[in-house]
Amino acid sequence: MYEAVVIGASAGGMRALQTVLSGLRSEFPLSVAIVQHVSPSADSYLAEYLDGKCALTVKEAEDKEAMAPGTAYVAPPGYHLLVEKDRSLSLSVDARVNFSCPSIDVLFESAAEAFGRGLIGIVLTGANADGSAGLKSIRARGGLAIVQDPATAEAAFMPRAALETAGADHVAALEEIPALLEKCVSLNEGGAHGAKANG
Amino acid sequence: MMEENEREDLEIDLLLEGIRRRYGYDFSNYSHASLKRRLAQLRDRAGLARYTAMLDRVLHDERFFDELLMQMSITVTEMFRDPGFYRAVRDEVVPILKTFPFVKIWHAGCATGEEVYSMAMLLHEEDFLDRVRIYATDFNKHALDAAEKGIYPLEKAQAYAANYQAFGGKGDFADYYTTAYDRVKIKDFLREKVTFSYHNLVTDGVFGEMNLICCRNVLIYFDRTLQERVFRLFTQSLRHGGFLCLGNKESLNFSGIKPLFETADARQRIFKKTGELEHV
Repeated sequence: MYEAVVIGASAGGMRALQTVLSGLRSEFPLSVAIVQHVSPSADSYLAEYLDGKCALTVKEAEDKEAMAPGTAYVAPPGYHLLVEKDRSLSLSVDARVNFSCPSIDVLFESAAEAFGRGLIGIVLTGANADGSAGLKSIRARGGLAIVQDPATAEAAFMPRAALETAGADHVAALEEIPALLEKCVSLNEGGAHGAKANG
Repeated sequence: MMEENEREDLEIDLLLEGIRRRYGYDFSNYSHASLKRRLAQLRDRAGLARYTAMLDRVLHDERFFDELLMQMSITVTEMFRDPGFYRAVRDEVVPILKTFPFVKIWHAGCATGEEVYSMAMLLHEEDFLDRVRIYATDFNKHALDAAEKGIYPLEKAQAYAANYQAFGGKGDFADYYTTAYDRVKIKDFLREKVTFSYHNLVTDGVFGEMNLICCRNVLIYFDRTLQERVFRLFTQSLRHGGFLCLGNKESLNFSGIKPLFETADARQRIFKKTGELEHV
């Protein structure tokens, strides 16, 4: 039974995130957590921007906030975003991981522990290898991995690195990802606990 | 059958219980996800396979415990981190503080002191430092020693100078330190305004009669229960009308003390105490 989706994006991520998130309905029953690499001194524009473009509620993650369904939480610039076992969110100002804060690996690894096989991890466009180790953790704990098809990514390095390190259950173009997620949700509703969507 | 996950959590519980009973430090109300990341890093660096191996080591090797304490307390900080915050303190808070003959400021969880000295520089530029005493506390004695020495790598000072510019500093940042080889040392006229002392937010009590408490990006490492304890501690340690400064992503929203404060600067997370906790 899927409970949450985590998404990591870097260079080219803003447009990619918009494509994926705007394809989801407002009643999308899973929680979503997002790390997009930005400069630590950036303002909190991204969440606001995406919220305006999507049916889903998109907001910047607050420390110790409980994750709600149908809501996407974006890591604040300069803070790592982590998921606690009780499905609340935590922030940290620990050292950069993969030269990044927020780091995709930090989100993915903590979410993998919290949700186990109830998690879907998605690696999108980017020009570094953040997210690869995290996606591997997600798969090791029975979660589902989706990677943007590098051939369709604005920056192919990150999805390619994720495929090399972790592999994926699905390699998909951006436009196909919302339908894939809905299919996972329909498995939930059909009661197929922990089953994986097949292409 | 117990899953690997659950077994690891059991091991961490045992490790934390061992640390508490052997050394008196209680990490059980820290945010678990960050705590686990930090412990895992130390475990891997020490070449240990399991948290229970760390428990064995930590019980019998005080130096290893020191290393663990360092790992648990170090955060990434800079001088004038979040320049807008220091600008808000200068423009909105200092004019009010100046109505008092003498002012006490508490930096709780000061780590290696970068933000403490930023505050001292700011107050100096407002010609107010002579009427201020800054108390800087941390639970890590090594970090406190480093903070008190006020010595930082030269390359970092160069990065801090950029923050100082963004803050809108009125002087020359390089006037605040002396340089020797690849290090800088904060000048004595700033250092002597700060009293560094040991204080553990988890276990220690009120640190009284403050006009301003600065505790930025410390509470995010605590769970709600511990956050609430510390918020109450801060409320009791603040004078009426005193200011509480939190990190940019920290708030009173989930706390019972929220009604006792009004918002002085929403964006920079500066709150003014307007009520008292009821004495129980």
